[in-house]
Amino acid sequence: MKNFIAKFINTSALSRDNSYCYQDVSVFLSDTSQLKSKEPFSLPESSKKPCIVCRNVNVFYKNKQAINDVSLDIYRREVLAIIGASGCGKSTFIRCLNRMNDTIEGCRVTGQILFDGIDIHSKDMDVVLLRARVGMVFQKPNPFPKSIYENVAYGPKIHGLAQSKRELDEIVEVSLRKAGLWDEVKDRLSHSGLSLSGGQQQRLCIARTIAVNPEVILMDEPCSALDPIATARIEELMAELSQEYAIVIVTHSLQQAARVSHRTAFFHLGSLIEIGPTEEIFTRPSKKLTEDYITGRFG
Amino acid sequence: MSVTFLGIFILFLFSAAYSFGVKRALAISRENSVPIRDFNSLPSYHGAYIALQATLPCIIILFLWFALEPVVISHILRINLQKIFPGIPNNELSLWLYKIKAAATGESSFFKIDESVRPLVSMYITLKHSSRWILSGVVIVVGLASAAFLFQRISPQLKARHRVEAIITGLLGACGVFAIFVTLSIVVSVLFESVRFFRNVPLWEFLTGTQWNPHIAMRPDQVATEGYFGAIPVFAGTFLISFIALLVAVPIGLFAAIFTSEYAPPKLRAIIKPVLEILAGIPTVVYGFFAALFVGPFVRAIAEQFQLEVASESALAAGLVMGIMIIPFVSSLSDDAMSAVPLSLREGAYALGATKSEMIKRVLIPAALPGIAGGMLLAVSRAIGETMIVVMAASLRAKLTLNPLDAVTTVTVQIVSLLTGDIEFDNPKTLSAFALGLALFVMTFLLNLFAFLIVKKYREQYE
Ligand SMILES: Nc1ncnc2c1ncn2[C@@H]1O[C@H](COP(=O)(O)OP(=O)(O)O)[C@@H](O)[C@H]1O
Ligand SMILES: [Mg+2]
Repeated sequence: MKNFIAKFINTSALSRDNSYCYQDVSVFLSDTSQLKSKEPFSLPESSKKPCIVCRNVNVFYKNKQAINDVSLDIYRREVLAIIGASGCGKSTFIRCLNRMNDTIEGCRVTGQILFDGIDIHSKDMDVVLLRARVGMVFQKPNPFPKSIYENVAYGPKIHGLAQSKRELDEIVEVSLRKAGLWDEVKDRLSHSGLSLSGGQQQRLCIARTIAVNPEVILMDEPCSALDPIATARIEELMAELSQEYAIVIVTHSLQQAARVSHRTAFFHLGSLIEIGPTEEIFTRPSKKLTEDYITGRFG
Repeated sequence: MSVTFLGIFILFLFSAAYSFGVKRALAISRENSVPIRDFNSLPSYHGAYIALQATLPCIIILFLWFALEPVVISHILRINLQKIFPGIPNNELSLWLYKIKAAATGESSFFKIDESVRPLVSMYITLKHSSRWILSGVVIVVGLASAAFLFQRISPQLKARHRVEAIITGLLGACGVFAIFVTLSIVVSVLFESVRFFRNVPLWEFLTGTQWNPHIAMRPDQVATEGYFGAIPVFAGTFLISFIALLVAVPIGLFAAIFTSEYAPPKLRAIIKPVLEILAGIPTVVYGFFAALFVGPFVRAIAEQFQLEVASESALAAGLVMGIMIIPFVSSLSDDAMSAVPLSLREGAYALGATKSEMIKRVLIPAALPGIAGGMLLAVSRAIGETMIVVMAASLRAKLTLNPLDAVTTVTVQIVSLLTGDIEFDNPKTLSAFALGLALFVMTFLLNLFAFLIVKKYREQYE
């Protein structure tokens, strides 16, 4: 493991990533023992059923194809990282998983996406419920212009998850605790969510997502607007959350993918080039394109 | 020599100075073989600098001259008049001045001019005439001289670019100052007349009195009642009508805005929005007769079905029509505020499984609320200041009531009726219009300020 990261640091001199400098990575190396959740996941056994199954997914914006015949599975209690150059369709792809692309005019999705065995585009699937079960965290923290409490309580309220004020308080507290934000905000729950720092806002958005009890959490470059320290907090959080939820994270940072994910999928020009255990993708990629990207030969 | 000529001269000077400046700079570059890129400024800046710097003094002189000329000429005439009629009182002196000017322009054979004053008429004409000639001379000399002087100064080192920048900055600043100056002088003049009113009628009575009847005798021989100057019923009428207008405009405007910004497909939105905004462009006098001819009788007919007493100029009719008029203020500003709420916030709500209406109710409207509130305050201040509709559809008689079926008057209606027709400017009746105007101004100013502060706060939120 250490060996692999050391090798990776050598190659990353060429990588375009800039969210971490070398020093940060070496700090991280000494910390890596704390990320306990990384090891337990093993490749899916035949008994283990995938939670989301994508088959031959294509996405078109008007007539332009953005995703080309992608098939992959997502399992419970894993972190799947999606990497690839800008514009290769990473965001487009994960936005399919909770039908967020429905809100975009002229966007069309074909192929099959099964969530818990049900096609998410079929009539049996209520898009509102789907989005409650497949939560999403965005690139830029987007807390509602309301109090911290209201931000977290919003989801449970619209879905009627709490019978009483006390239950709601409890959901808010548990969600904030899971997002590692409780201690920082417990004395100012009534302050505006916008008064928090960028990293805190992002954790608030994670708490907000957790509060509706999702099964999958999609994260679209959740750290790209954050500084290294806030990023490290979110990464720790992902490790903890992956014990309960399936997490799909799109990231620009190869180091981040290496640090937090169990499996990595590499996208190129709208196609899925390779998917496999993270360590394999980073050390012994089977495709030339993947290797070139990993070693920074193109960006 | 006419002003038109001077205008043409200045334009000519401007363009000539510009092209000579450009040519001169190019010539210097050629003669001294200094390439243009080694000049501090491009030739066009040299031209612009000379053109601006030479014409600006001319324009300033022109304006100052027009401002001062009448003052100086009047002063000279006054001195001469005092020589003819020693010890003449001031107001008669002013009357004479007026007569002389009227006679000089040949406007009036209506005034009889004494033989003793005749020479002053021709004196006035001569003064005016020579003043124009002197002005033309001064402008031409100053313009040409400064152009010639500046022409000499063109050199590779001349910082023409910076100077042009400074002149333009100065011009822009002057326009800003001018606008502020005009606004302030309007306020000051209204304030000044109001102070005269409050010498006659105590401020306290104006602010707290509940009776308004300004129709007092204007001449000693007229028979009239004693005047009452309590402004409360007038303002109450204004607020009643504005309130009814808001009851119409706020829900309709807000829902229309939600529809256009969130639900309407782009093509429909492209039609609905401009159509709504056209409502704001209809002349208010058209709304006025709409109110007086259709809505008034309609309200009356409906109310009579319920055996209700209705005045023909009911507050309800005026308020309904005014409400329609201000719908676009509410809808347009609310639509802007809601469209400005970033996509990321909407997506945040959708990602939690919110439906569209839940997203609108709990996220969009709260986020856009400051902008919406700002739009509403602007609509209120528009309603309070609106004149034409109420002149046509509201009553003249001030009545203190909350009944929307009753006839009430408004501040603007009173001002119009006080200042039209037979007026005399040192009578409390006339002066009361200024006091009402001042009160109205203060009120709408505060509302606008409030709206501005709210909108500003809202802008900061997403930056
Ligand atoms: N709303 C849209 N309308 C049209 N084309 C889009 C839209 N969003 C993304 N695209 C296009 O789809 C491709 C993939 O975009 P995206 O999924 O955002 O890439 P990534 O997240 O990997 O940077 C890009 O070529 C982009 O230009
Ligand atoms: Mg993206």
